[in-house]
Amino acid sequence: MQPFAYTAPTTVKEAVEILTKHGDKARPMAGGTDLLVQIRGGKYNLDAVVDIKKIPELNSLSNDSKSLNIGAAVPCHRIYEDPKISEDFPGLIDAAELIGGIQIQSRAGIGGNLCNSTPSGDSIGPLIVLSAVANIEGSNGKRSIPVEDFCTGPGSNALENGEILVSLSIPNQGSKFNSAYERFIPRNEMDIAVAGVASSILIGSNGKIESARIALASVGPTPILAKKASESLIGKEPGEAAFNEAGAIAKTECSPIEDMRGTVDQRKHLVEVLTVRTLNKSLERIGG
Amino acid sequence: MTLKNYKQKKDFNVIGTNPIRHDGYDKVTGRAIYGADVKLPNLIWGEVVRSTIAHGKIKSIDVSEAEKMEGVFAVITHEDFEKNNKDANVNLARDMQNILAKDKVLYKGHAVAAVSARDRNTAKEACNLIKVEYEELQPVSNVSEALEANAPILIKDLVGDHLGKSVNKTNIAKQIRHQLGDTNEGFKHSDLIVEKEFNLQMVHQGYIEPHNAIAHWDENDHLSLWSSTQGSFAVRDLTAGFVGLSESQVTTYPVEIGGGFGGKTKVYLPPLAALLSKKSGFKPVKMIMDRVSVFLASGPAPGGKVKVKLGVTNEGKFTAGIVDLKFEAGAYPGSSIAAGATCCLACYNIPNVLIDAFDVVVNKPKTAAYRAPGSPQVSFAVESVIDDICEKMNWDKIDFRINNASKEGTRRADGVQFNKIGFIETLEAAKSSDHWKSPLLKKNKNKVYGRGIACGFWMNGGGKSTVDLMLHDDGNIALNEGSADIGGTRTSISMQVAEALGISAERIQPSIPNTDSIGFTGTTGGSRTTYATGFAGLEAANKLITEMKKRATIYWEIEETDIKFSEGNIYSTKDPELKLSIKELAAVIGETGGPVSSTASVNLPSGGNGFGIGICDIQIDTLTGKTDVIRYTAIQDVGKAIYPQYVESQIVGGAAQGIGWALNEEYYMNDKGIMTNSSFLDYRMPTSLDLPNIEVILVEVANPQHPYGVRGVGEVPIIPPLATLGNAIKDAIGTRIYSTPMNPGKILEVLSNG
Repeated sequence: MQPFAYTAPTTVKEAVEILTKHGDKARPMAGGTDLLVQIRGGKYNLDAVVDIKKIPELNSLSNDSKSLNIGAAVPCHRIYEDPKISEDFPGLIDAAELIGGIQIQSRAGIGGNLCNSTPSGDSIGPLIVLSAVANIEGSNGKRSIPVEDFCTGPGSNALENGEILVSLSIPNQGSKFNSAYERFIPRNEMDIAVAGVASSILIGSNGKIESARIALASVGPTPILAKKASESLIGKEPGEAAFNEAGAIAKTECSPIEDMRGTVDQRKHLVEVLTVRTLNKSLERIGG
Repeated sequence: MTLKNYKQKKDFNVIGTNPIRHDGYDKVTGRAIYGADVKLPNLIWGEVVRSTIAHGKIKSIDVSEAEKMEGVFAVITHEDFEKNNKDANVNLARDMQNILAKDKVLYKGHAVAAVSARDRNTAKEACNLIKVEYEELQPVSNVSEALEANAPILIKDLVGDHLGKSVNKTNIAKQIRHQLGDTNEGFKHSDLIVEKEFNLQMVHQGYIEPHNAIAHWDENDHLSLWSSTQGSFAVRDLTAGFVGLSESQVTTYPVEIGGGFGGKTKVYLPPLAALLSKKSGFKPVKMIMDRVSVFLASGPAPGGKVKVKLGVTNEGKFTAGIVDLKFEAGAYPGSSIAAGATCCLACYNIPNVLIDAFDVVVNKPKTAAYRAPGSPQVSFAVESVIDDICEKMNWDKIDFRINNASKEGTRRADGVQFNKIGFIETLEAAKSSDHWKSPLLKKNKNKVYGRGIACGFWMNGGGKSTVDLMLHDDGNIALNEGSADIGGTRTSISMQVAEALGISAERIQPSIPNTDSIGFTGTTGGSRTTYATGFAGLEAANKLITEMKKRATIYWEIEETDIKFSEGNIYSTKDPELKLSIKELAAVIGETGGPVSSTASVNLPSGGNGFGIGICDIQIDTLTGKTDVIRYTAIQDVGKAIYPQYVESQIVGGAAQGIGWALNEEYYMNDKGIMTNSSFLDYRMPTSLDLPNIEVILVEVANPQHPYGVRGVGEVPIIPPLATLGNAIKDAIGTRIYSTPMNPGKILEVLSNG
């Protein structure tokens, strides 16, 4: 580990300037629970670490009838400790409560989890099925992209040099919409998903599924929006038959590898099981 | 030292109670000093360059850039060992190669060079400047690969000892055999024979505190060492041997230890820190391993293959048993095959036995002890086959074991005849336990349930121990013991001494002094310490009592024959008016000839054999293959529980480690022979959320060779869980899994294959 400068700008503009100046030799830091481990492990050789927690927009959290806006540096505990957010977006809470232990959750956030861009990132699937949008700012101005287009490979994403994630916007889709996330780990805590699935469904006025989204974790180079499985649900009666079919399709939309955490067959099988489970849970959460 | 059988004391004042442990206050306040807490003036840091490949020849090591770096004091390679220790014998020379590789690296993480620098970060950066060139060789990742006809030979000059015959060009370092009766004849008289083979993966003890060392080699060639260890004297002797000093030139200062479980019986860092200290102008050097290096380059427990063949009659008696065990030694010879061979069939009285054990070198770290080393592996195999036999014959799993249980007089295949043991009593306690009598949950949708039972045996060690006692003027006792305290020995020895002296445990102040300040004491391991060091404590207490009685006769000016000691008081047998408590005597001790102290050293045979049983209920989610342990009961003959809370904690901890070993823990090797899960995140030890409240039933069948009946306790509880879980999984899903870990992936595979 080489010495590096630590800066804590208070505006997005200032942060972008420092990051642009140093290029590959600078990284933004939110909770730091991934970054500091990576620096110690020799993944980066940095001139500057840019702490973004002192920038007000990146620390704001708001939830109104239209949408939930999460600043990129908001730690998990602020999300799951908010009763209204917990009620409105239980699928996101499934992930926010899972990431790390209590101590980690007081630093680590959803924004950092997304920017770390691992295939197993627990919050990325839920963001995708909630149709979240990533609001980005850099030296060329602001832009917004859907979260499913954010990750581009293991540990890489759509952020250009000098760009930072400012916030995530999640639309509130009303009481006939809900979501869930489940991951499989051999232990009950403190582990990385062997496979994870997030699902969401919106029930139309005719009682049929109006729209649905299924996202898969740890079974490909990035979190995957399982488009065919999602589309298969549209217009169907919500329930066992439709969910089982979606599960079987989702299984074909992933490309897992075999490693110390699991085998290819095991992961594909788990995608099917967890798709059905999360769809059931989404439906239960809609209730009535 | 041969032992008589002692008449067992029945009524205890101190033993069997749970006083505040002597080391407790410092530990809960964070004040206790562990290895990494030690700081010395002018301290510098050492770091290690480790092999990036599993198997290869070292073509060159270029240290020139590192030596030039600002802040670097010294760089050492294997040459520095050889300069310091010109006449190391072949075994020592080989062990030195494990600490710092010579011409070959034999596992990823194998130390190749070490650096000292003004701070830790500089030392790490300097390590990055050392260039090592390798000629990569094909890795040998397991026993099967090592035994293939054209397998790469790991150690060219290794001469294998195969049943006494010297064999060259082999990966089998040693074969041993135990034989009793005639197994061919025995199987002829069997009505059922079951033969199965089991595979086990290497596992790690997973102690939380990583290895550490501070070494200060001074200008007079005296070496001072601080290192978290299970044996200060072992660290002294091993390090002295490696760096070419004699024992009296090395002093080890004990520090608190954050877990060992057998893994802290070897040295890795102290010899490196010592040589760096010498080469850095006699500055003290501190080294701490990171977690990845602990996994890659300390001493895990061997995986391997165990084949078991057992024969029984229709009447429910064993006729013959064959066990063939092949353990991974790791990179250099020396796995726990001897203990594995001793333990495998020791639970049962089997008339005809043949046990073959092979120590096989592979490209993995050199194995070390892990809690009952060798026994969990063989128990996994033997107790699984017994489970199958009982199911095939429709026999009660406990009654069959009681019918065949070893008892006083049974001769083991390794030749030892059992003294009084408590296996049958332990089986009976299991049979009448609430858990065994309770119903198992019934299948519910995708949740299925299973119950397993299995047994385990461990010899329990004896060996050398020393205890010194000193009577303070206030009547309290200072107790010095030579055993590292990894699981409560300061308290368990103090309690035995307190019992003998008739005073409370709180009046004893135990310490563990440095290796120049107490007589030689063997490593804390083999479940020997409460027994052997406790025994030394009792001998020292008896000597102290003799001396105190003598002083009382001087004080009272009476005959030495007219005095008696009982329950902490000294009496005249003639004059009822003459009575002194220890405290009262201490106050006047100056008038009787000065300070009173005593010392006792012992060297004891085996510490009263230990038997344990696990009963376990599990739930399996048939859709994910996940096993949840919902109830686990450990039943064990502990001889006499000196400090019951500690004893129960030892058993709970052992069961927890065994459950982890059974379900998820393994060295996961990729096709390049490299462990890819060398972190606590991916090594998957159970957390508190993965374990039920483990229930403990203590059985107390006194060890006749200890005055208070003590048997070793710490190791037995890790043995039964592997087969207990395996048998429970079989009960739940109807199929046995023949390899560890029995993880969700394997269970799912079995379920999807029907």
